[in-house]
Formats: sequence, structure tokens, C-alpha cells
Amino acid sequence: MPTTALSRADVEEFGRELDRIREEVIASLGDEDARYIRGVIAIQRKLEIGGRVLLFASWLPPAWLAGTTALAAAKILENMEIGHNVLHGQWDWMRDPKIHSTTWEWDVVSPADQWKHSHNFVHHTWTNVLGKDRDIGYSLLRVSPEQPWHPVYLLQPIYNLLLAGVFEYGIALYDLEVERIPTGDKSPKEAMTQLRAIAGKVGRQFTKDYLAFPLLAGPAFLPVLLGNLTANLTRNVWAHTIIFCGHFPEGAEVFTEDQLDGETRGQWYVRQLRGSCNIDGGRLLHLMSGNLSHQIEHHLFPDLPSNRYAEIAPRIRALCERFGLPYTSGSLTRQTGSVYKRILRLALPGPRRRPEHATQPAPDLQAVG
Amino acid sequence: MGAGPIEGWGRAEVVRARVPQGRSWTASCSVVRSAGMRGLARVVRSLTTPLLPDDYLALVNPLWCGQELRGRVEAIRPEAADAATLVIRPGRTWAGHRPGQWVRIGIDIEAVRHWRTYSLSSPPRRDGRLTITVKAVPDGLVSRYLVRRTRPGTFVHLAGPEGDFVLPEPPPPRLLFLTAGSGITPVRAMLHGLLTGADVRGGTEAGAAAPRQDVPDVVLVHSAPTPDDVIFGAELRALAARFANLRLYERHTRTGGRLRPADLPGLCPDWAERTAWVCGPAGMLEEAEEHWAGSADRLHVERFRSSAPAAVGTGGRIRFTKSGRQADAEGGTPLLVAGEEAGVLMPSGCRMGICHSCVGRLISGRVRDLRTGQVHGEPGDLIQTCVSAATGPVQIEL
Repeated sequence: MPTTALSRADVEEFGRELDRIREEVIASLGDEDARYIRGVIAIQRKLEIGGRVLLFASWLPPAWLAGTTALAAAKILENMEIGHNVLHGQWDWMRDPKIHSTTWEWDVVSPADQWKHSHNFVHHTWTNVLGKDRDIGYSLLRVSPEQPWHPVYLLQPIYNLLLAGVFEYGIALYDLEVERIPTGDKSPKEAMTQLRAIAGKVGRQFTKDYLAFPLLAGPAFLPVLLGNLTANLTRNVWAHTIIFCGHFPEGAEVFTEDQLDGETRGQWYVRQLRGSCNIDGGRLLHLMSGNLSHQIEHHLFPDLPSNRYAEIAPRIRALCERFGLPYTSGSLTRQTGSVYKRILRLALPGPRRRPEHATQPAPDLQAVG
Repeated sequence: MGAGPIEGWGRAEVVRARVPQGRSWTASCSVVRSAGMRGLARVVRSLTTPLLPDDYLALVNPLWCGQELRGRVEAIRPEAADAATLVIRPGRTWAGHRPGQWVRIGIDIEAVRHWRTYSLSSPPRRDGRLTITVKAVPDGLVSRYLVRRTRPGTFVHLAGPEGDFVLPEPPPPRLLFLTAGSGITPVRAMLHGLLTGADVRGGTEAGAAAPRQDVPDVVLVHSAPTPDDVIFGAELRALAARFANLRLYERHTRTGGRLRPADLPGLCPDWAERTAWVCGPAGMLEEAEEHWAGSADRLHVERFRSSAPAAVGTGGRIRFTKSGRQADAEGGTPLLVAGEEAGVLMPSGCRMGICHSCVGRLISGRVRDLRTGQVHGEPGDLIQTCVSAATGPVQIEL
């Protein structure tokens, strides 16, 4: 991996180039983008209706399979290409209160306002900074050698699999930041308020998926319940896979807090780039991953509409080549394999930090990974 | 969604108390039905959470959406040079209006929603349609779009009606309308309400409306550059020919010069005894207010706020309306910083324009995007306070 330290001027020039790309995209936003997001929303809603209707006939195994698949696809779209991106404010420019970050609520148990704080602000601002970005291993896993080892990590290959199945619940509880309560950073009252909001969403999701729709199906109660359960499980595992591929494969770097001192816009861009990995694939993969397959582009420009990431990706890649910066990308299987290898390896103590990074002068942003 | 069961039963009690004994069974039925409907609505909502049933209904027909009022443009009629009337079928929750009131129209232009207010140019019509009449202003983004590019079938967003530029009921026996340019639009709705009781051109029963019996005496003094520029020109002339109690005076300013208040006694000697409704450009309204200074109770004016106040200078006074504080900020100071220094509890996040945690609703004024230098902002816009600075006075709902 090329880790040549860029000169300060290069870093700022890199930043200016990215700013230019950003401005170009913003200036060209228009009807076609609006048609895209409204189209995806319409497809998602029709898929959901179709899936649930099919499940009413779920005593027929093909209907169960088709209905469950449609519902799982709808939930994935709702969660990733629509919810995550709308909550980033990617579509706020349309000034449509129906597709706006301040009014959107989604079908996962994290309430939208809690998510916007923990994800949009904490994770996207402090991406991959140890001690700042709580998304590094979600306080549960050791995904970077810089995280100190603890015997509990011996079990992480197992509990990571469990986490995948209940991912949305894990994220919701993790957003509570309970570790800040003992230090007095957060009042127990605030945490209770958040917990009540989560409980409300969990209650509504359970009522809808595990009570109301199964009851409506009458004799098909059980297959409908199982179909809904499978759809939710599929969505959780898929979201877990995509998100872990975004920051934890080989090549993604982590940073230390002292590197944040006086960090410029250019340096911020470089950190976002080095902390993120893309997944190569076709249009369907991009759509179903909420375009987080373009994790790099998303982290550079979290509020640009996701349908534009594919179009700017080649330009970002070329820019990285020009400045000798790494642009990490690989197929879904390769990146997933890399993540699981890391989780297995880092369950054990070590490896030690490579000495050259510790001694290298860091006049500018320098990765420690 | 404050539709709890207690509220429903409370209303039901009132219904029963008002109904005579013999009909209490029917009343109980409606009680059960309304409670049943509320219960049903709750069940349906539990099936669509986190969305609303409306979100799915809108997939079939946007006009069925009750939560967000929509309208469908059914026809566009050219009226005068660069002016057109849009006939709009509103969704089911449109409350109806009084002649003279205005409506807010939201339209997506290059996918960005823009809101403007327009006077309704017809009284309530039997066919339920409403009309606005728009004159394309040279640099008016929305007016030009509505007149030149809107096609039948376009969906718009609606809000309102609002406004107290309306006639009392019953109307005074003698009236004076003083209008200029597109200021005729609310008055045209009033005229039809007064003279024909309906819109002569509108609805399925067009022309069937009989003239009102107790019609007051009306003088209309209207200014426009040329006869061709008079919006509803032919129609107004026809009305004046048909109704003896309507006198129309047109001032064509390109040949006749601008109408001054001093001209009024010559055109309408009993102007001081009439109740006046005045609608036109700001200068004209100011003159009218001076002219009627001694008898302001007989003057009603409708002000057209310019849709995009020009941004002047940099920096300005920021008023944070929710917290009731204000700050004088320089052109390079983000609203967020200015607010924090003024002690406002500002929502904030990344402070670099990416996380949208800090947005506040703009009430008035324009802001500069500190990243691009671009000046933007219309009332109602959600502004990212961390990357926006005031250009002139700004009011923001924080």
C-alpha cells in the first residue's frame, strides 16, 4: 500500500479537486435525480405491498418464497438506499418535506434522530479515529490491531455472527452510548428517554410484523410470521455485511486523536478516503447496498445523492492515482472474506504495530494502520 | 395524530345531547361508527408504520393524500400578454375560500420545491376547481414557469386559503375597486361573487347563474400599460356592459400616464363615500394609504410581497424567533456561531455542512452559503446554520 506522505500543498490541492467535483454535482442536480429517488421509493413501497400480499397465500411454498424475497428486498431498500441516504440529508435540496432528513422515519428500531447523531455526526465526522469513532468495532469487536486486546475478544468470531442476525437491535442499543453514563458525560435520564423511544419502535415493528399481518392472514398466521421474521433477519445480515465491508477490510486505516489537531479540509478528505473501502459490483449491488458499495465516495461527500456516486467514482479513483493515495476496493466476497479474516485474527492478541509507522515523521496526515 | 379514543367519545357525548330522544339510536350509531373509524385508522396505521396510510394512497393518486394538500392542473388559459389562468383541481381536504383570498402554491422546478402565494381569481366554483391567474414577471422563476412551462396534468402543492382582503357579508351598498396590473386577480373573484354569485366561465353550470337581486353599486378603476395588457380585459368589459351597476374605468398608462390619487375625484366623484379595496404595486398602495389617511376604515389594501427580496450587503441582524434572541453578525460568521454567542440553544453537529443536525427554518431574509458564496433562501427553507451567514436582516425559527 502506498503510504507516501503527501506534502501539505498536495493534500490541500487534493481537497480543492474534491470540492470542485462536489460543486459540479450539486450544480447539476435536477429532475432526473428527483425521478430516481421517487422511483426507488415507489418501487420499494410496491415491493412491500406485493410481498405482503403474496405472503397471504404463503401456504403455497413458492408464494412464501416469493413474498419473503420481495419483503426482504423492500426492507433492504427502505433501510439502505432510501432511509440511510435520506437521513444524511442527501435529498434535502429538493425541499420536499416528504423526503427530508428532518422529517424521515424508517423501518429499523433506531429512532431517526438518535441515528442522525451517532451516525451522521459522530461516525462521519470522526471516521476511524480511535477513541472518537464509536463505529470501530461497535464497542464490541476488535477490528483494528490498535485496539488493545482483551480475553473477551476470543469469543468475537461467535458473537459477531449473532450480532449480524440482530444487527438493527445492536445498533439501536449501541447508539445509547451507555459507556458515557458512569463518567457523567450522559445523564441516565437522557438514556432512559432514548431507550423509551427505541422500545416504542421495537413495539411497533413487532406489532406490525409479528402480530398484525400474521393475524390478518388468518390460517396463514405462522408462515406469514416466519416470512416476516426471515425478511427482517435477511435485512439485518445484509446490512451487517455491507457496513462491515465499508470500514473493516484489509486496507482500511485507523487514526489517532492527535491527528485531528488543526485538521484541514484536505486532511479530512484524506482521512475519509483512507478509512473507507468500496465493493466492486454491478448496478443491482450498488442499489441494494444503498450505494455503500461506494463507501469512499459516500464518506467524502455524505450529503451528495447516492445515485451520483457511481458517476464520480472513476474520477475519484483517477484523482487518488494522481496523488498516490490508496483507493481500496474489491469484490463482495473478497471484502467479506477479508473482514472475517480480520475478526478471526484479532480475536487473538497482536499483531504489534509495525515500527516504521511509529517512527515516521508525521508533518501531515499519516495513517497508523 | 392526536386522535385518541377519549377525544372521540367526548365529541360523541355532545352529539347525543343535541339529538331529540326519538333519534338517539341513530346518534349512538354514529358514535359507534366514529369510534370504530378511529380504531380502524389506528389499526391501519399500525400496518403502515413508520409510514402513514396516506403514503401508500398517494402511490395511486396524489390527490387522495389527506395529510399533504395537492392539486392537479387541469387547464391553462392564456389571459393577456404573458399572463395565464391555471385551473386546479384540489385534493379532498381543500377547505374552500372567500373571494379575495390567496393560496400558497408549491411547485417543483428542476426538482426543487418553490412556494409562492397567488390570489384566487375565481369565487368558489360549483365544480370545486380553483383558479389562479399569473403574470410572468421578467426575472420571476416561478411565475414564468407557471405561465410558460406548466402543462395540464402537473401536480402542485397547495396550502391555505388565507388572507383578509375579502368583502364583508352583506357587502356595503357602494364599493370602489382600485387595481393595477395583476392586482385585478382577487378583485375579479370578488366581482363575480358580487354580480353573478358564481364564476360565469367556471363549472358545469356556466352562464346559468342569475344576477343577484341586491347588487351593490360598483366602480372599478383599473390600470394597465395597454388595452391588451389588461388581464381579464374582454371579460371585464362584457361584465360592465351587462350590469348597469358596474362602472369600469380603464387607465392605459403607456398613453394616459400613471393614475394618481388626485385623478380619483374626477373619475369617481363619490369616492369618499365608498368602501375601497385596493390591490397593486407597493407605490400605489402607499399613495392610497395617504389619500385615505382620514378614513382608513373605508380602505382595504392587499400587499404583494416581492417573492425574492434582493440580498444587500453582507452580514446583518439575525433574529432567532423561538428563543427570542438576536445578534448582529458579520458576513463571514455562520448563523450557528452567531446564535451560540447570543446564547441561543442551537442544534449542531459536524459544523462543516455535512450532517444536517443544525438546520433551522428560515422565516425571512437571505443567507450566503459560506462554502460556495452563493446567496439563497426563501421563507420556509431549512437552512444549515453551520455553513450559512446572513446577508441583510434574517429571521430564523430557532
